[in-house]
Amino acid sequence: MDVMSQLRRQLLEHTAFLRKEGFLDDQFEQLQKLQDENSPDFVVEVVSIFFEDSEKLLNNMAKALEQKIVDFKQVDAHVHQFKGSSASIGAMRVKNVCIEFRNYCEAQNVEECFRCMQKLQYEYVLLKNQLEYLFRVEQQIRAAGG
Amino acid sequence: MMESCNCIEPQWPADELLMKYQYISDFFIALAYFSIPLELIYFVKKSAVFPYRWVLVQFGAFIVLCGATHLINLWTFTTHSRTVAIVMTAAKVLTAVVSCATALMLVHIIPDLLSVKTREVFLKNKAAELDREMGLIRTQEETGRHVRMLTHEIRSTLDRHTILKTTLVELGRTLALEECALWMPTRTGLELQLSYTLRQQNPVGHSVPIHLPVINQVFSSNRAVKISPNCPVARLRPLAGKHMPGEVVAVRVPLLHLSNFQINDWPELSTKRYALMVLMLPSDSARQWHVHELELVEVVADQVAVALSHAAILEESMRARDLLMEQNVALDLARREAETAIRARNDFLAVMNHEMRTPMHAIIALSSLLQETELTPEQRLMVETILKSSNLLATLINDVLDLSRLEDGSLQLDIGTFNLHSVFKEVLNLIKPVASVKKLLVTLTLAQDLPVYAVGDEKRLMQTILNVVGNAVKFSKEGSISITAFVAKSESLRDSRAQDFFLVPSDNHFYLRVQVKDTGSGISPQDIPKLFTKFSQTQSQATTNSGGSGLGLAICKRFVNLMEGHIWLESEGLGKGCIATFIVKLGIPEQSNESKLPFVPKVPANHGQTNFLGLKVLVMDDNGVSRTVTKGLLMHLGCDVTSVSSSEECLRAVSHEHQVVFVDVCAPGIDGYELAVGIREKFSKRHEKPLIVALAGNTDKVTKENCMRVGINGVILKPVSVDKMRSILSELLEHRVLYEAI
Repeated sequence: MDVMSQLRRQLLEHTAFLRKEGFLDDQFEQLQKLQDENSPDFVVEVVSIFFEDSEKLLNNMAKALEQKIVDFKQVDAHVHQFKGSSASIGAMRVKNVCIEFRNYCEAQNVEECFRCMQKLQYEYVLLKNQLEYLFRVEQQIRAAGG
Repeated sequence: MMESCNCIEPQWPADELLMKYQYISDFFIALAYFSIPLELIYFVKKSAVFPYRWVLVQFGAFIVLCGATHLINLWTFTTHSRTVAIVMTAAKVLTAVVSCATALMLVHIIPDLLSVKTREVFLKNKAAELDREMGLIRTQEETGRHVRMLTHEIRSTLDRHTILKTTLVELGRTLALEECALWMPTRTGLELQLSYTLRQQNPVGHSVPIHLPVINQVFSSNRAVKISPNCPVARLRPLAGKHMPGEVVAVRVPLLHLSNFQINDWPELSTKRYALMVLMLPSDSARQWHVHELELVEVVADQVAVALSHAAILEESMRARDLLMEQNVALDLARREAETAIRARNDFLAVMNHEMRTPMHAIIALSSLLQETELTPEQRLMVETILKSSNLLATLINDVLDLSRLEDGSLQLDIGTFNLHSVFKEVLNLIKPVASVKKLLVTLTLAQDLPVYAVGDEKRLMQTILNVVGNAVKFSKEGSISITAFVAKSESLRDSRAQDFFLVPSDNHFYLRVQVKDTGSGISPQDIPKLFTKFSQTQSQATTNSGGSGLGLAICKRFVNLMEGHIWLESEGLGKGCIATFIVKLGIPEQSNESKLPFVPKVPANHGQTNFLGLKVLVMDDNGVSRTVTKGLLMHLGCDVTSVSSSEECLRAVSHEHQVVFVDVCAPGIDGYELAVGIREKFSKRHEKPLIVALAGNTDKVTKENCMRVGINGVILKPVSVDKMRSILSELLEHRVLYEAI
């Protein structure tokens, strides 16, 4: 049981850290609340979907921005989607970048959009790593019988 | 020889014949003398009131003695003894004494007897005088009795003719008149007309001018005045020539009106009209009018006046009563006719209502069902048109029925507590489709201090708002419609046309003021007064044939009046738009309804319904993540969730079983608003329509307005927490609305 409590502590600490750093906000907590006996893997499921969508979106964004004549509307649409998804899981930093990105899209500033996209990619990767780590810990806890 | 005898011899020897005669005479004298006292005694005994008995006795004694003397004298004719002579002498002496005494006595008595006689004469005279006086008094008393009886007779009836006739008859009888007549003034007042007479049954219509001097003389005094038998009023019968007409007396009879009866002022001065009563003594009777008779006549005349005025009053009141009764009957008849008419109308309406509604229901129901089936676009269009028209017709029928009930006064408001804000939202929902088709922008502004809950007739208030807003939309081809609602204070009324409307502030009521401004075709000033009369349409309306029966505003006005309010329209003219404003009085719900207070976003977690088990919801979101999250959230709360990722899928999947549909309105590729419209249109019956909640990235004013425009019931900011979702759902299901105050 010492392992359990240690693992739990680890989980809590990490979650707190993520929150402190702004990676996650309250929405993530809400997601965690939704996890119950009926849907024990709810968070994981949602986050998995998020990862899938995000990668798709990022690819689309990149493709759109690489066009000679950038279709900002489309880019904006993608970013909007990304923003929505990230907001839904509580990925605050990602969301904020999306907001910024959208402004540049509106301004039709290609350079800035590019920069935002990169930033987005960066943040996304960060988050993904953090979440994956989180899930590993959770898995361990579950494996240990918690 | 001769002896000496004691006999006395007479003086001389008497002759035999002479002696015989003397003898006889003496005898008779004696007889008479003896019989007189007997007679005296006899009669005195009989009389019993003879005061001088002593004298009688004396006289009797005197006579007896005289008789005795003469009797004894009979024996002295012949030779008689000495005894006889002595007796004779004694008798004579006695007689002498008594007769002297008697003679002396008579000296006293005779004057007395004479005076008795004088007194007797005096008493007889006195008796005669008393008799006369007695006769007079009796006459007077009889007169008085006659007056009383006359008065009684006169006053015993209230009929004018009887009064006058009785007067004449009784007077005639009492005073033994030959003729008695009454002259009444004509309507013009210039003539006196013979109206009643005693002897003649039907008086011929004689008339004399009223200003004759003799008449003036009679009228100027209230006494009975003797007049000449030759004057026109007294000449009732043709003069029979030889007859000496009896004395004639005339007296005035005041004719009093109702207005003459002042308390203190007996109508000496105020009356102007008189009748003339003429009384004639029998001709050739040499009778004179006595004072008491004249007095009698005067008294009677006064009494007649009073009796006549009573009769007049009675006549007047009888006439008035008859008139009233007639009017009563007429009114009663009119009332019954009106009731019959109303009943007939109500019956007609009830029947027509039912008869008209039954086919309408069939048409509407079957058309809706038809709409659900597979139809070609043309067919769908046709069915939609049928539905729209029949809805319109159904509304019209309701309007007519409502209006007639409103006019009856039989319509009563259904008072209840309701959400005022939601009423406006609902109206907006209903009107936005039409407005958007015409590309009109509709905005709703609810004031900050407008209570969310109010007490009143929700349905009719909504009907009113809808009607007004509907009109605004109907008559605007382009532009915008703005609806504002706020609490009216007295100051805010001064600028408007409602000068004759006063707000009565009170603790548990407030006045809701709604203003609908449009940029449509406007109304010309002369048409404005006609707007609220039913079935009237303005010229511009008629020409553009914009439909509608013209009943809407009339009904609105009546509803507003029932709510103790006021409604009016202002327009600067044709083409310049129109502002419709109304104010109604609504109640403030009691504090005990705290639990139903306006929706506050941050509501404690356990508030409201916590178990949404089995609630069928549909989630439309193209973003997989958020879709999953939302679905998870709702499932966590126990809902039966279906999730779709596109509009088409949503429209296909949505059914009447879904109570709530969550629509993402921020997705760029999908017009969430259009989807909402589509969902609403799919269900024609109100209770089947699911509640639509927009999931939005922001909840700014524009988003909210857009949501409201298409009939979305609520908007939630993504992402949403569990508690928030829970409270949202409970609020939504309870009130069917979810807008926070703007």
